[in-house]
Amino acid sequence: MPVLDVEGLRTYYTTLRGDVKAVDGISFNVEKGEALGIAGESGCGKTTLALSLLRLLPSGGKIVAGTVVFDGTSLGSLTDEGIRKIRWKGISLVFQGAMNALNPVFKIGDQIVEAVKTHEPRTSNREAWKRAGDLLELVGIERGRATNYPHEFSGGMKQRALIAMALALNPQMLIADEPGTALDVIVQAQVLKLMRELKSKLDLGMILISHDLSILAETSDKLAIMYAGKFVEYGDVKEVFHEPLHPYTKGLLGAFPRIQGAKQKLLSVPGSPPDLLSPPTGCRFHPRCPYAMEICKQEEPLLKKAGSGQHDVACWLYK
Amino acid sequence: MTETQREEVGTQPLVVHVEGLTKWFALKTGLLKSIISSDQPFVRAVDGVSFDIRKKEIFGLAGESGSGKTTTGRLLVRLLEPTKGKVIFDGKDITKLSDKELKPIRRRMQIVFQDPYDSLNPRMTVKEIVAEPLRVQRITKNEDEVVERVKAMLRDVEIVPPEEFLYRFPHELSGGQRQRVAVARAFVLQPELIVADEPVSMLDVSIRAEILNLMLNLVQKYGTSFLFITHDLAVSRHMCDRLGVMYLGELVETGPTDMVIGNTFHPYTQSLIAAVPVPDPTSKRTGDVLSGEIPSPVNPPTGCRFHTRCPYAHTRCMVEAPHLIEVEPDHRVACHLYDGVSPNRP
Repeated sequence: MPVLDVEGLRTYYTTLRGDVKAVDGISFNVEKGEALGIAGESGCGKTTLALSLLRLLPSGGKIVAGTVVFDGTSLGSLTDEGIRKIRWKGISLVFQGAMNALNPVFKIGDQIVEAVKTHEPRTSNREAWKRAGDLLELVGIERGRATNYPHEFSGGMKQRALIAMALALNPQMLIADEPGTALDVIVQAQVLKLMRELKSKLDLGMILISHDLSILAETSDKLAIMYAGKFVEYGDVKEVFHEPLHPYTKGLLGAFPRIQGAKQKLLSVPGSPPDLLSPPTGCRFHPRCPYAMEICKQEEPLLKKAGSGQHDVACWLYK
Repeated sequence: MTETQREEVGTQPLVVHVEGLTKWFALKTGLLKSIISSDQPFVRAVDGVSFDIRKKEIFGLAGESGSGKTTTGRLLVRLLEPTKGKVIFDGKDITKLSDKELKPIRRRMQIVFQDPYDSLNPRMTVKEIVAEPLRVQRITKNEDEVVERVKAMLRDVEIVPPEEFLYRFPHELSGGQRQRVAVARAFVLQPELIVADEPVSMLDVSIRAEILNLMLNLVQKYGTSFLFITHDLAVSRHMCDRLGVMYLGELVETGPTDMVIGNTFHPYTQSLIAAVPVPDPTSKRTGDVLSGEIPSPVNPPTGCRFHTRCPYAHTRCMVEAPHLIEVEPDHRVACHLYDGVSPNRP
């Protein structure tokens, strides 16, 4: 049974000019010990999707439809107090921007202890500090560094500390928003390696969100390509990479300079993502799609199995 | 770039020659400390870097944060004063020129910064931004000419139709459009040398490819030389004719890009390449991920600065600094593994 099951999730932001349809009908599931990668450009709704799962949306944001079932519990029906119990202990979130997510005036250890004691108030100070030390060791930082302030940590260490903090209450699931961005290549590779190790060691379900497909290729088991609030392709990571079906996926993969293999001309996806206040009719990708047909402008394609590996794609080319 | 184009680059005249370029930033110490101790601590950001850039050539500088890439770029166009060393541009050492002598040189070298959200003045329109270099250098005679030059330049960077964008402010542009405007500003004087400091690291992947291709096209069109600074070796492989890899202020490997990436000698370059994520879930990374992080440039390690992280380090590396030696035509490496004394290549 999957640890997280999302069905038909829709999240809209209410603005004076109408509803921004940031997440518009998304379904997926994540098993224990499995990592789902979600890829897409800025503004496609990746982060909103993550925030919706934990009901952490900023004001104006509202889940208008769909269900999120975590470990047998439907999160939509929980009270505010109920969802608070799920956060950290059930599902925890590593935010984007390691540099800014830590409070500069508190010691790293204090920040981990705070999280522990908020959720488990009966833990003694000594025990909480011991846990903070253990967590830092788990992510490859000496336990003595718990008494350091964030400015004494490098970028990679801050990112590790954030991951440690997210694991403070033994969650079953970890959501990481852009875990590698803003880090140097070598440090990024170290952090990604750590995420992979933690996944198998702790049997964590993971959702990794990034605009960088190459990061997701290394860390995910399943991959979803998101465009304008919808999944356009979804399936096993190897199948999506080896037989990309959707023109948008093909475009994203062609945009990568590669370090191995023959040198190719870089392709790009011309144009920019649509305004989610009034997304294009039919397939939302049709104004940028080189293969757009008449039907694409009128009718919206649904996710259907296609290709030799039978993974999901929403495109009229595979009918 | 094709082989014939590369050979063409090899025979082109030198545009800039850098020799022993060094920049030490003095660290501030307290009054008491400065009285009792005569040691002034320095951040050795760039420490004796030498390279050439030919006409139409894209020379890449790669390395981690803190390796001195950006400082080198800024020294090259003299946005910083070097501590030591020469930058020979058009036969003159520009590090010795006065501000007045430098002004006509500045017209011929420009820079594109990393963050298109910071590098454009939010209170200037696109037209004012692109026209500013023309006005500062008093190139254009009248307003009509300014508008014509700006429009032509915007067309070159594919901001079309230019009329629609002339009076927009940066906040009305997307990230990719902003970087195009920044590229237009750098190219509008048709300089001979452009320093591009991580020009695509802040952009989304799909836009990144467009900007990289745009810069390659402009290099072809105007015959500009580039110093292209990036931490992403996959990007530098796509863009650069020649490549220099920096570590803690020093060049550790330089040469034609295909040789540096395809036939890598220095262990640091090898680990940089191994760290690049490959967009293919079945391919295995070659080699292990390097542990640790770049040491402080205030007290860089003795001997070879990389020895603290190098998997092949031996005692000699801790005491004696290696020099760049040629291992293949035009391919130089600073590593004791290859200087003949200890010839075991990993």
